[in-house]
Amino acid sequence: MPKVSLTVNGKPVSVEVENRTLLVEMLREQLRLTGTHVGCDTSQCGACVVHVNGASVKSCTILAVQCEGAEVLTIEGLAAPDGTLHPMQEAFREYHALQCGFCTPGMVMSAIDLVQRNPQGLSDREIREGLEGNLCRCTGYHNIVRAIAAAQVVMHGKAKELPRAAE
Amino acid sequence: MYEFAYHRPASVAEAAKLLAADPEAKLISGGMSLIPVLKQRLARPSALIDLGAIPDLVGISVTATTVTVKGRTTHAAVAASAEVRQAIPALAELASHIGDAQVRNRGTIGGSIAHHDPTADYPAAVLALGATVNTSRRSIAADDFFTGLFATALEPDEIVTAVDFPIPEKAAYVKFPNPASRYAMVGVFVAKGPMGVRVAVTGAGANGVFRHAAMEEALAKSWSPEALEGITTPAEHLNTDIHASREYRAHLIGVMAKRAVAKAG
Repeated sequence: MPKVSLTVNGKPVSVEVENRTLLVEMLREQLRLTGTHVGCDTSQCGACVVHVNGASVKSCTILAVQCEGAEVLTIEGLAAPDGTLHPMQEAFREYHALQCGFCTPGMVMSAIDLVQRNPQGLSDREIREGLEGNLCRCTGYHNIVRAIAAAQVVMHGKAKELPRAAE
Repeated sequence: MYEFAYHRPASVAEAAKLLAADPEAKLISGGMSLIPVLKQRLARPSALIDLGAIPDLVGISVTATTVTVKGRTTHAAVAASAEVRQAIPALAELASHIGDAQVRNRGTIGGSIAHHDPTADYPAAVLALGATVNTSRRSIAADDFFTGLFATALEPDEIVTAVDFPIPEKAAYVKFPNPASRYAMVGVFVAKGPMGVRVAVTGAGANGVFRHAAMEEALAKSWSPEALEGITTPAEHLNTDIHASREYRAHLIGVMAKRAVAKAG
């Protein structure tokens, strides 16, 4: 079987895969990184979003062999080794930006890419447009947008602490 | 997906050689259309030849007259390019509304035009701007490139290497996205420039993207939304499906074209 060598969450790995193995299958079934979810399996819902070489992609629509030499970041790779959450994860918790949680890993990965690409800051409308590729069937998106708006302030270094959600 | 062999050539020449040697092989660029097709087992290529490791195929360059986008350049890169925004804002704007952010991070211009999906956005820009498609063996004028539904003038072993867009005086693209899939039910790209006045319609044609001669004639006389008043589109060669009848699409072409001219200013 072909072997693909890449970096996942900072660690070099080498995995035997079929040519037709999807990145998400390799992550979940071979590396047991089950934080990345498969929702629709048709590149619509965004539950499977991970970063490949710094760009958010739908891991259900990329072959593992296409990731030879790539740096892949999944939801498991966001928190610091001591357990400190990434500001986006912290914001999702603080703003209650999830209900069932199924879409959350993909939402968080897409949101981080969105914020990183827009250092000028995003309006609520731009955040909503930026999330076009991520579907949430529980929340109605309101708290997700609030969380991302709060997280961008910390991610861009404009505040040290996450603005707290109103009681 | 059915099984397939996988090649990752380092140059266009090597890719072309692999492709010529295996008539059942397919090129894969971003894979945003091809991988879904493979997952549904609608195609069974013997091999995929991945263009992803060919650095020569990525990049944007702009001269006084032309914007050149290399074949494997992503939609995200075109959308974010300050140079493209300056030279042909309509092209950057079109790229910024293809699919969603994750699709734009993978999908490429070469893949989009070689696939010639009847609802794709890029073919409208290529045709309306009178672009030239450069391949591994020749240059093809936009008017000769799109030959039918999912069909192009590309030979089986030919690879899109770059697209040259002449910089227009004015141009704009407006689409009516399907509310669920966000694909263009009708998209109209209008341009006025070195290639004359050109109007290209995507999403609507049963044979893919097409030029709208009556609108071009009217806009050449007077570049204004009002000039399009009363111009109709025959419906018989338009798509009809559960989302829109061909008559509705014919109507939308007029509406989108007027909005596009207004947007182009």
